[in-house]
Amino acid sequence: MKLAVWTYEGPPHVGALRVATAMRGLHYVLHAPQGDTYADLLFTMIERRDRRPPVTYTTFQARDLGSDTADLFKAAARDAYDRFQPEAMIVGASCTAELIQDDPGGLARALDLPVPVIALDLPSYQKKESWGAAETFFQLVKSLAGPAPRARAAAVQPACNILGPTALGFRHRDDVIEVTRILERLGVRVNVTAPWGARPQDLARLPDADFNVVLYPEIAGVAAAWLEKTHGLPAVRIQPIGVKATRAFIEEVARLAGVDPAPALDAPGSRSGWWSRSVDSNYLTQKRVFVFGEANRAIAAARVAADEFGFEIVGLGAYNREFAREVRAAAESYGLAALITDDYLEVERAIAEAQPELVLGTQMERHIAKRLCLACAVISAPAHVQDFPARYSPQMGFEGANVLFDTWAHPLVMGLEEHLLAMFRDDFEFNDAAGPSHLHAGAAPPPVAAEPEPAAADAAIVWTAEATAELSKIPFFVRGKARRNTEAFAASQGLSAIRIDTLYDARSHFTR
Amino acid sequence: MPAWPRTPEAPRNVTLLTALAARQPARSAAPEITSRERPVLRERGQREVFCGLTSIVWLHRKIQDAFFLVVGSRTCAHLLQSAAGVMIFAEPRFATAIMEERDLAGMADANAELDRIVDELLQRRPDIKTLFLVGSCPSEVIKLDLGRAAHRLSTRYAPRLRIVSYSGSGIETTFTQGEDACLAALAAEAPAAPADASPSLLVVGSLPDIVEDQFARLFEALGVPVAFFPARRSDRIPAIGPSTRVLLAQPFLGETLSRLQSRGATWLPAAFPFGAEGTTDWLRAAAEAWGVAPARFQACVAPGRARAERALARHRALLAGKSVFFFPDSQLEPSLARFLTRELGMRALEVGTPYLHRDITAPELAQLAPETVLSEGQDVDLQLARCRSLRPDLTVCGLGLANPLEAEGLATKWSIELVFSPVHGFDQAGDLAGLFARPLKRRELLGAAA
Repeated sequence: MKLAVWTYEGPPHVGALRVATAMRGLHYVLHAPQGDTYADLLFTMIERRDRRPPVTYTTFQARDLGSDTADLFKAAARDAYDRFQPEAMIVGASCTAELIQDDPGGLARALDLPVPVIALDLPSYQKKESWGAAETFFQLVKSLAGPAPRARAAAVQPACNILGPTALGFRHRDDVIEVTRILERLGVRVNVTAPWGARPQDLARLPDADFNVVLYPEIAGVAAAWLEKTHGLPAVRIQPIGVKATRAFIEEVARLAGVDPAPALDAPGSRSGWWSRSVDSNYLTQKRVFVFGEANRAIAAARVAADEFGFEIVGLGAYNREFAREVRAAAESYGLAALITDDYLEVERAIAEAQPELVLGTQMERHIAKRLCLACAVISAPAHVQDFPARYSPQMGFEGANVLFDTWAHPLVMGLEEHLLAMFRDDFEFNDAAGPSHLHAGAAPPPVAAEPEPAAADAAIVWTAEATAELSKIPFFVRGKARRNTEAFAASQGLSAIRIDTLYDARSHFTR
Repeated sequence: MPAWPRTPEAPRNVTLLTALAARQPARSAAPEITSRERPVLRERGQREVFCGLTSIVWLHRKIQDAFFLVVGSRTCAHLLQSAAGVMIFAEPRFATAIMEERDLAGMADANAELDRIVDELLQRRPDIKTLFLVGSCPSEVIKLDLGRAAHRLSTRYAPRLRIVSYSGSGIETTFTQGEDACLAALAAEAPAAPADASPSLLVVGSLPDIVEDQFARLFEALGVPVAFFPARRSDRIPAIGPSTRVLLAQPFLGETLSRLQSRGATWLPAAFPFGAEGTTDWLRAAAEAWGVAPARFQACVAPGRARAERALARHRALLAGKSVFFFPDSQLEPSLARFLTRELGMRALEVGTPYLHRDITAPELAQLAPETVLSEGQDVDLQLARCRSLRPDLTVCGLGLANPLEAEGLATKWSIELVFSPVHGFDQAGDLAGLFARPLKRRELLGAAA
């Protein structure tokens, strides 16, 4: 058993629901107890979808157990087919139905419905949401695209598939539009976008493309590998997040399509590079950033933060273990140990410890940052209703890079404001205790942990009054770290008291 | 009786109808049907409802020193998070012990694992005084005996901590039945009232503190000694015995009621305290049991009632004559339909409820118009078809259905707000009406859809 307060991912059948809800003409029959229908509200409320997700739940109750849950499933599947007339169905079990072992796949086959019925085996007690989405998409592709490589007619125009966008994905809606525009500019035709907006019959056409664009490896990576192996479709796996990655993405697509990259590289609407170079952005230099989220998103965000905005990465982690190796490698390149965990309390501790000025995270980290009075921007699912904006707001492509600059820079204390904070730090109405003005009115003052406190008695190191006063002049967001470093330095030097000199000696010791 | 696994045979209080007949004021001009005559449309199909775990979202705010540990799956944890609107409370007093493959395959002893989780939890939250072990669908299916686990852990942690178990599973409970199961379990923990205790009133059902305080003042004015269950702190569970007179604040507490009756308590049937009439009727049940003189009763309730009526009048212009359709959600539906039709002049087309407790809701059902269809259980696709063909002015439904129906042009009220907001009593009557008026008002303000 594992104690969970908040979770980053739902169960795997929610991943399957994200795929089914993104598609058209597909219906999901889910063997599940009453109550599991809560999942509908994720789509209708958080994402504000205007139709119910295409799913029928058997909603069995205790009285059905041991008697006729299998019949209940068959009746639900038959009714769902009659009512919704889908082109294909997926069937499976949620966590409770998995325990009663009714075999939805076998039961559905016995119904002999006139459409493809794909059985999903999603082990609820081992796997989670992203894995469930990847597995569902893979099974759909494998079943509908068929095993035999098809002869492709020599086309006049190169074509690709866009794979990975689902319902409830973080900005998937807008990324698809942005990436499609890039492909258009390159003269590459989009054969199929899936699961987003695709019908089952479209999945059968996937092998007609020349290559695949894997927008979200956590969802489409497995299916793309299968298409590469079975149908010989190479895959572009660069996520075009940030200006540099967008350019690399364009070069790679152009290479596979055999076209000139220049039309897409010339992007007059790309501003984030100049915005980042302009003198006004000097204050962004080496801002301390903690990055946590879906693995691929977190790696990309860290890269943009470091290489394009000049931030310093002080923490990097992910909640999905499927890409732990990649996250570890990325973290190492920043001299960090990656944080791979789905325990929100552990993430909170790590953030408090790292004392960043900006947190790039999920909806969870937004709450952590609020508690710690830190600036925050959301970069990854799981997301809140506010992270599904009415406006066009992609994360990918050149426009996506513009969006990243705005949404990551704006929560920070601006350059001039930082100077004012230092200048007026002892002012009666504009001081540390009043809280930074960029946080909403009434924001709690910084947490006690960040306040200067004399070293614990058992540490046998005493802060002199002068040193304590000097420490309080250091901005609150690095004060805790300064205190710990100074104490560590004092201990390493065998000192019993910390004086002003010790503070500055420690500072020079730790400043490389 | 519908086949409902955990609800025991409903208490059949033969004196109920007589009592009602005696107490029903002459105001009811509409022809009445007694609850036993009214036909009920019973459906069994896909149910678009929450499970009982969801009630933890408000129960943990009410019982301020309790922690709710769900023993379940990742789905349970995800449901709680989604229903709670994702992290309103930084570190809430609820959590899920997520069962994993090892627990199911017998590689780990589930009981030992649970003990370990409880130890871990108590180290982090030494402040809690009551721990609820809450059963879920998977824990019920694998027959993990949480009652025994509670007993075992109690011996280890008593008297510092009280450990109580109940089931909030979807296979046994629907939404508000989770509170019923919780309070029924907690009722067993209540001390026994002395045999010679003088009668006292027990108001049963979790109410927001502000509403509880308003009612406490009213009962004090009436001279009725009152306690509330659940109490805000778990060391203040009121004593229960033959001297206890029970007034239900919520209509979904059938099992809790029978548990209290089995300990000798007497039930005071009444309409529920929604709106001016409902609240008056509810208070009158207690006043009559204490023999409060009619003049004193009038003097005590008149100011609140007048405030409620003034507040309702503001919404009546918008709501009167409009039709309303209830999808099943919280079991509050018959009471709310009575409020909307009797006090605001709306027309109830269909009143769906997940489970109809005929005896408890008899005073409400008696006041519903004969043409109102009463439905119990659900087949959501059939019910949606009825709703679409009737095209009600307002549809009261869950979060999964609201936006899709809005997109079809129907005005909706999400039912979960009716459970999460303070809506009981005279001083919330206007707010309650406002919850129904707001979607209509909003449509007026926005004009035709863009």
